[in-house]
Amino acid sequence: MRIKAIKMNEKDNVATAIDDIESGEVIGVKNEETFEIQVLQRIPFGHKIALKDISRGENIIKYGEVIGRATEDIKKGEHVHVHNVESLRGRGDLRK
Amino acid sequence: MEISENEFFGYEREEGVGTRNYVAILPSVVCANEVARIIEERVENSRAFLHHQGCIQLGKDLEMTFRALVGFGRNPNCHSVLVVSLGCEAIDAEKLADEIAKSGKRVELVRIQEEGGTLKAIEKGVRIVRKMAEEAGKEKRRSFDVSELTVGIKCGASDTTSGIASNPVTGYAADLLVERGARVIIGETTEIIGAEHILAKRAKDKEVAKKLLEAVQMMEREAEKMGVDLRGSQPTPGNIKGGLTTIEEKSLGAILKGGTSELREVIEYAEIPKERGLIVMNSPGREVEVVSGFMASGAQLVVFSTGLGAPFGLPVVPVMKVTGNPRTALEKADDIDVDVSRILRGEESIQEAGKRIYNEILEVSSGKPVKAEILGYRFVDIWRIGPTL
Repeated sequence: MRIKAIKMNEKDNVATAIDDIESGEVIGVKNEETFEIQVLQRIPFGHKIALKDISRGENIIKYGEVIGRATEDIKKGEHVHVHNVESLRGRGDLRK
Repeated sequence: MEISENEFFGYEREEGVGTRNYVAILPSVVCANEVARIIEERVENSRAFLHHQGCIQLGKDLEMTFRALVGFGRNPNCHSVLVVSLGCEAIDAEKLADEIAKSGKRVELVRIQEEGGTLKAIEKGVRIVRKMAEEAGKEKRRSFDVSELTVGIKCGASDTTSGIASNPVTGYAADLLVERGARVIIGETTEIIGAEHILAKRAKDKEVAKKLLEAVQMMEREAEKMGVDLRGSQPTPGNIKGGLTTIEEKSLGAILKGGTSELREVIEYAEIPKERGLIVMNSPGREVEVVSGFMASGAQLVVFSTGLGAPFGLPVVPVMKVTGNPRTALEKADDIDVDVSRILRGEESIQEAGKRIYNEILEVSSGKPVKAEILGYRFVDIWRIGPTL
């Protein structure tokens, strides 16, 4: 099992890929201790993977901080990016 | 030339210490750019600051341009300065020359309209600048303490490796600089959105924290006024391709580049800081404006942390590129000065790589050219907040 992702903070529910990851691949995720996860979708280098099931409306946590909100349910091992996460800041589109 | 841990070899000026020794040719307005450029072509070791402002500006916007131009001329990397004016612009060229001369360096002024047009202004300018270059050539580097340095730190063309590797490493080097009495300036107010609470907690006092939070709030409001999701511009399309999902994620990674020290001061764009240690300059996210602002605020060197790789450089200040993306380090080696990508694989620690950056800062300050200098990148742009009227 190769380490292919990094979890930045204990509280995080996502990890960042440090290599291209194929769908179905079991990879190592580096944190204080390395752990395994099965990745369900193709994840390009630098993109994020859900480390647990995340419900629609739940916060996405990286660096131990909120980086956005899930716009749909995300399964553990799925790709986390602009298609299923929205920003909470600078939202001129939500202004009247 | 040997470099010890806390010294570099620079040029003594009446005000500060230069890491470079150029004659600056400073157009007071965009209309004088061509004359400035041709003078630069004729004289070795001269550098023209080709920018786009200086006229049809009002109030705070005009003040900011003036402050930036004064700062460019006063930057210790300029040995002496020729101001090139058209003659009818909003910027008071005489006042500009006088303000720069307060730093103790030689300053001359050529007005294109007064000289009788382009060719006569070029001739006069070349004669002045070649004389200045002769004088500059007599200067010699000598040893100075690292506390004489003001280092601007910017991240650009970021991807997720920026937050994992190049920014924390640059931040470690920033902490080493600050511990030794140097000054570190970070900017990009837009890229503090979502991470302002962390920086505010590190502020020296309530006043500094308040100034930071207000600057961020103002920038967010400006973005919201456009009536669209900031994601149309921040993160940039390139950031998103690189894996950055939201401005919050980008900002949380971006602030790591300034290290972990106390936030001493929040300055306006192109303002000269009073404090040493970590400074935030209120500025937009676009690199040319931010890094030009650092140069105006007295930075003698800029460290540029990048994921995807950005070829960019200033006329008189070295811009040193650091990447944590192994592909960028390999494929864009012509533009990258320091590769810290081994961190991703756990083959180098952030501390080890940070020390390498620190040493490289001293080397570059002592004269080692960066890739952007070798390739001749000499960009300048001044942040504009008012309309063209």
